Amino acid sequence: MNEISTFDILGPNMIGPSSSHTAGALRIAFIAGKMVTKVSAVRFVLYGSFARTYHGHGTDRALVGGILGYHPDDERIRDSFEYAKQAGVSVVFEENLTDKEIYPNTVDIYVTGEDGQAVSLRGKSIGGGNAVITRLNGVEVELTGNYCTMVVEHVDKKGTLAFVTTVLSAYDLNIGSLRLYRESKGKIAYAIIEVDTNINEQLLSALRGFEAVRNVILVPAIDLN
Amino acid sequence: MNFTNGAQLLEYCEKKNKKISEAMFERETLFLEQPAEKTREKMEKAWSIMKAAAKKPMTEDIVSMGGMIGGESRRLHALRESGKNICGDVISKAAAYAVGVLEVNASMGLIVAAPTAGSSGVLPGVFCSLKEQYDFSDEQICQALFNAAAVGYLITRNATTAGAEGGCQAEVGSASAMAASAAVELFGGTPGQCLDAASLAIVNILGLVCDPIGGLVENPCQNRNAMGATNALLCAELSLAGIKSITPIDETIGVMYAVGRSIPSELRETSLGGMAVAKSACEACMACAEKRKK
Repeated sequence: MNEISTFDILGPNMIGPSSSHTAGALRIAFIAGKMVTKVSAVRFVLYGSFARTYHGHGTDRALVGGILGYHPDDERIRDSFEYAKQAGVSVVFEENLTDKEIYPNTVDIYVTGEDGQAVSLRGKSIGGGNAVITRLNGVEVELTGNYCTMVVEHVDKKGTLAFVTTVLSAYDLNIGSLRLYRESKGKIAYAIIEVDTNINEQLLSALRGFEAVRNVILVPAIDLN
Repeated sequence: MNFTNGAQLLEYCEKKNKKISEAMFERETLFLEQPAEKTREKMEKAWSIMKAAAKKPMTEDIVSMGGMIGGESRRLHALRESGKNICGDVISKAAAYAVGVLEVNASMGLIVAAPTAGSSGVLPGVFCSLKEQYDFSDEQICQALFNAAAVGYLITRNATTAGAEGGCQAEVGSASAMAASAAVELFGGTPGQCLDAASLAIVNILGLVCDPIGGLVENPCQNRNAMGATNALLCAELSLAGIKSITPIDETIGVMYAVGRSIPSELRETSLGGMAVAKSACEACMACAEKRKK
């Protein structure tokens, strides 16, 4: 368990009205927005309380704000649909009211990049502005975005992880956590790496140079205070 | 340097002759190893957001996302300025600022969850009022907010501040306890008196359910923030007068947690009971939803 800080109590600094319906939702979409180079289209499927109350809570505006890369305290969130239009991002919302088993504040996000790249993920908002990504392109994962995070998509092949950790240590990065997720043997796998400091472009290109590595995505940490 | 309950906090304060706010600041810098300067800056930022949110409705027309609230803060200020208010300026202002923050929150404005978004009006209500009425400096208020955070930390650590888990008593009740304790410190009370004020504040709100109409953080949340701010001032006064809580803070927090768990789930943020199912409340909410569509 992480220790509770003063600013977990007096915080997050956030756009209202509800930390789970705005700040937490935004965090999920923020991560989704980083998955492609530049988002051109996004589709949200809302479940549970998100599906029932998203209008009144402004969850839809928070999600769009997250796609645009806003932080939870950005006052543009209220008008995010307008900003999305200006940025040429098409937005679709769907409600799923039939799936009752799912965690109440869950959203599936399908993003398409300008280059045609498509990524899907599922996230749940777990309170206090925190969230967890539980699925990435169909693979079960766990990603919180509390730290600067690197997602290394690769073909499940021997030696990949050794290469990744060698590069990280060559760039003098301290790994906070490293977890590996895969669909099945030999298929696509994700290494999700949390680090304490910010990561530079050079390191990302070095990682992309390895043949088994398909893509490297960087998700900057969101500061809630 | 760390403490995990009220007894340890009090023992530390008494042994080292420290205020609760100082103990909390030391916990942040020594135990959590946060730089002192950055910690002060973060508090200054939180306080400046709180002040801005409390005052925004005085100059801007605000309509909430759900459409059920907007303009209440201005009405309260107007009544006080007319001299026809009942509560005296300290409480009238605290209530006006508290409901104002909820207007800002419900209209997707910037607030500090303290400890939650639904209870974000209590601390700004109390401390904007006290600052103006008693000429406290921003530095003094920022210092006192570390005391408030200490109480919020004790509750979060040993119980909950989530409405879905503990009802409104865990949200507005906790905010009220935090504000009460910090107000006592601001007025020169001892650490023991601070925690007594917090304890009294929780007991007064014990059992309050969370029943947001339409599932939205608007009504009855807004007025309950005004109540939480008022209760904080009252309990600070009780404690400063030497009235003690019959239970120490740790026990009171335990009681609050137990009560929270015995509140039926219909009355814990699910909007399946209480005001959320009252006929007139549902009709008002539906009317707002219709208006929004147009």
